[in-house]
Amino acid sequence: MYRVVKKEVLAPTLNLFEIEAPLVARKAMAGQFIILRVDEEGERIPLTIADYDRGKGTITCVFQEVGKTTKELGALSEGDYLQDFVGPLGMPSHVENFGRVVCVGGGVGVAPVFPIARALKETGNEVIGIMGARTKDLLFWEEKMGSACNELHVITDDGSYMRKGFVTDVLREVIEEKKDIGLCVAIGPLPMMRAVCDLTREYGLKTVVSLNSIMVDGTGMCGCCRVSIGGETKFACVDGPEFDGHQVDFAEMARRAVIYKPLEQQALSRFVEKQEHSCVCGCGGGEK
Amino acid sequence: MTQEKKPKKTIAPKKNPMPSQDPVQRARNFDEVTLGYSEEAVVAEAKRCLQCKNAPCRRGCPVEVDIPAFIALVAKRDFAGAIKKLKEKNALPAVCGRVCPQESQCEKYCTLGKKHEPVAIGRIERFCADWELANGVLPQEVEPPTGKKVAVVGSGPSGLTCAADLAKLGHKVNVFEALHVPGGVLMYGIPEFRLPKKVVQAEISNLKNLGVDIEVNAVVGKFAVVDELLNGGGYDAMFIGTGAGLPYFMNIPGENACGVYSANEFLTRTNLMKAYRFPEADTPIRVGRKVAVLGGGNVAMDAARTALRLGAEESWIVYRRSKNELPARHEEVDHAEEEGVKFAFLTSPTRIIYNDDYWVTAMECLQYELGEPDDSGRRRPVPIPGSEFVMDVDTVVVAIGQGPNPLVPRTTKNLACNKRGNIVADTETGATSKPGVYAGGDVVTGAATVILAMGAGRTAAKSIHAYLNGKN
Ligand SMILES: Cc1cc2nc3c(=O)[nH]c(=O)nc-3n(C[C@H](O)[C@H](O)[C@H](O)COP(=O)(O)OP(=O)(O)OC[C@H]3O[C@@H](n4cnc5c(N)ncnc54)[C@H](O)[C@@H]3O)c2cc1C
Ligand SMILES: Cc1cc2nc3c(=O)[nH]c(=O)nc-3n(C[C@H](O)[C@H](O)[C@H](O)COP(=O)(O)OP(=O)(O)OC[C@H]3O[C@@H](n4cnc5c(N)ncnc54)[C@H](O)[C@@H]3O)c2cc1C
Ligand code: SF4
Ligand code: FES
Repeated sequence: MYRVVKKEVLAPTLNLFEIEAPLVARKAMAGQFIILRVDEEGERIPLTIADYDRGKGTITCVFQEVGKTTKELGALSEGDYLQDFVGPLGMPSHVENFGRVVCVGGGVGVAPVFPIARALKETGNEVIGIMGARTKDLLFWEEKMGSACNELHVITDDGSYMRKGFVTDVLREVIEEKKDIGLCVAIGPLPMMRAVCDLTREYGLKTVVSLNSIMVDGTGMCGCCRVSIGGETKFACVDGPEFDGHQVDFAEMARRAVIYKPLEQQALSRFVEKQEHSCVCGCGGGEK
Repeated sequence: MTQEKKPKKTIAPKKNPMPSQDPVQRARNFDEVTLGYSEEAVVAEAKRCLQCKNAPCRRGCPVEVDIPAFIALVAKRDFAGAIKKLKEKNALPAVCGRVCPQESQCEKYCTLGKKHEPVAIGRIERFCADWELANGVLPQEVEPPTGKKVAVVGSGPSGLTCAADLAKLGHKVNVFEALHVPGGVLMYGIPEFRLPKKVVQAEISNLKNLGVDIEVNAVVGKFAVVDELLNGGGYDAMFIGTGAGLPYFMNIPGENACGVYSANEFLTRTNLMKAYRFPEADTPIRVGRKVAVLGGGNVAMDAARTALRLGAEESWIVYRRSKNELPARHEEVDHAEEEGVKFAFLTSPTRIIYNDDYWVTAMECLQYELGEPDDSGRRRPVPIPGSEFVMDVDTVVVAIGQGPNPLVPRTTKNLACNKRGNIVADTETGATSKPGVYAGGDVVTGAATVILAMGAGRTAAKSIHAYLNGKN
């Protein structure tokens, strides 16, 4: 069992968990992920490693409540335990001195971008950070990102904080202004990563994205996570999750991401009903 | 074992029948298909055995169980004695009694089989193991601690057997398993209706009673590499039994469409993650109306039978050779047929057809005929030009084989592998190119059987014991 040592509610449906898992923390690197199960009946869900503390033996993950499992996870408190927690999985980010790099984080994607930006900066890169969110309330880790970047741009879709617009608006300006950029790292929702890649393709700027395909084992055993990269099938859990964004078949990804949508919705409404049945009869139905 | 000459007895020509669930009913539930012999039936079956002096059956058994001896004890209703005898050689009899391909092993060589049906050795074995599970497991003897530590990577049948043997010899054994439960294919691959998971876990708890520690959620090559465990991890030797978990695909167009599963994914969702109990269990699975399973082995049979149980209206085995060449166990093929699985022989898909939403709607296939025998001695399937036809299906399960998972080989220094990625290990000893590191099971042989994996685990345990003694 793995203890939640810290919980921070970053926004109404956005949580940060710091979880005790010394064996994972010992080896964790930027770009890798973990798979967890909340309880015995739980699904295995992947979350990216947003930070790690080797001394304390903990892993930090930031997750958005989007369905049954992430809601159930969000309902846990400090001191609670997770049934299973395995990692670090996937390949670490490729970090070297590219000179000048841009790191783009959209929404919850800011969390996984952070350790990559930090590693790139530590390797001597000049790191330009761009972070975006739909609205002010959903922004988090501005300070942390600031410390991992030489320069940080913040933007919101609705203009409720700093500039109004999309991360691609800033990215275009940055590319136009500072010519010699060696690498772009972009993590966030699929449409955002796709838009970034469309943009950087115009400029021939190599772009790395992190793919969130549906996974089961995370060790290369099931093939559920397969993605098409430059016409070749790869397993995101072992060959990735980071890939050359210009080679990714985003259309295929988007369609595979919703394979279980009707079933996921069924699971979610069942869960919400159970939660709303906040126990007057003493059956414990609301507690999980 | 000397046996008095008995007066010539008449022998029932057929095996005592195995009671099983009605095919129509069972095709829609996940309960075990076969119910096991009653005490009367098992004794009657044991009495069919001729107690041959040369025991040809034994030669067919990869771990050389003393078959006539344990059967003689069953005939005398000494079930405790029989299970003890079995366990001298076989660490997982409840599993083997259910899933071993006896017809190509012990039962193939049974003297009785020349004229009649052979003795139902597997069914007798299963009875003994179930009897023990029901009546309390006898404690096994463990040698005093040697102070040596061995790491076992992977908790499939090879790793579990190796761990049990080493623990009995007094070594401290830690098993590292990537998934959240131990058992390997026995847990994630072979379905509940053929091998109940509580049977597997009971066998594994026997192992824990021997003092073996099993660490789940531990992917070797990720949380630590082999070299770290050996140098600094405090392990004196290691066994690698990571299996053949890497699914092969056909490499035909449309294979990434929604509704195409590898058999591993289809079975893992169902068995390990209990998707058949969705939404009580969280993991979903989607089985369509008409399912095509590509392949003809045990894995394919399991997937096709699982599809029916998940509610598919039709479940097809699509195989490019003919019925005679099906590599699956006969019993599994019979069971599949009884349950209503349909077979398209001499057929192989050329592409998967999907709609605008990327969901499978059909599969284009080519008809085959059998030509000259190939290297395996089976007649080679040859496509018939112009024989393309379209099969209307909405789910495709690819069950054409698995390769070794590259995680450990890729992260281990000086570990020799062949060009297919299998770890190279000496068949006599299990030794790899790396001193102190042994390997066995599917990761060495490619996808094979439970009993061969167990045999390899046992061989390696003997060598590791010798290696550790030499190390003193
Ligand atoms: C490598 C990787 C890293 C990830 N990192 C993060 C992260 O740091 N923070 C974060 O908020 N989310 C992350 N995700 C996504 C996260 O795993 C899903 O949001 C989560 O599984 C949804 O589960 P659910 O039951 O709450 O929602 P559901 O209602 O089950 O699903 C909502 C959507 O999530 C996706 N999803 C569902 N099940 C899985 C699964 N088993 N594996 C992957 N995706 C699934 C599907 O696209 C689905 O449409 C990551 C995914 C991957 C593959
Ligand atoms: C669906 C199906 C049906 C079958 N039916 C039969 C049958 O009826 N009869 C029969 O005799 N055989 C059958 N087989 C074959 C048989 O199950 C295998 O030959 C046998 O399980 C191989 O045992 P193993 O110990 O080599 O590996 P496995 O059983 O594959 O176990 C390997 C274990 O190692 C773990 N692992 C892998 N990599 C790592 C790592 N890096 N770190 C930690 N752990 C790791 C895996 O998670 C797994 O648990 C079937 C196989 C399948 C898939
Ligand atoms: S060969 Fe058949 S009859 Fe002879 S000892 Fe073995 S099981 Fe009995
Ligand atoms: S998640 Fe199973 S192979 Fe990638």
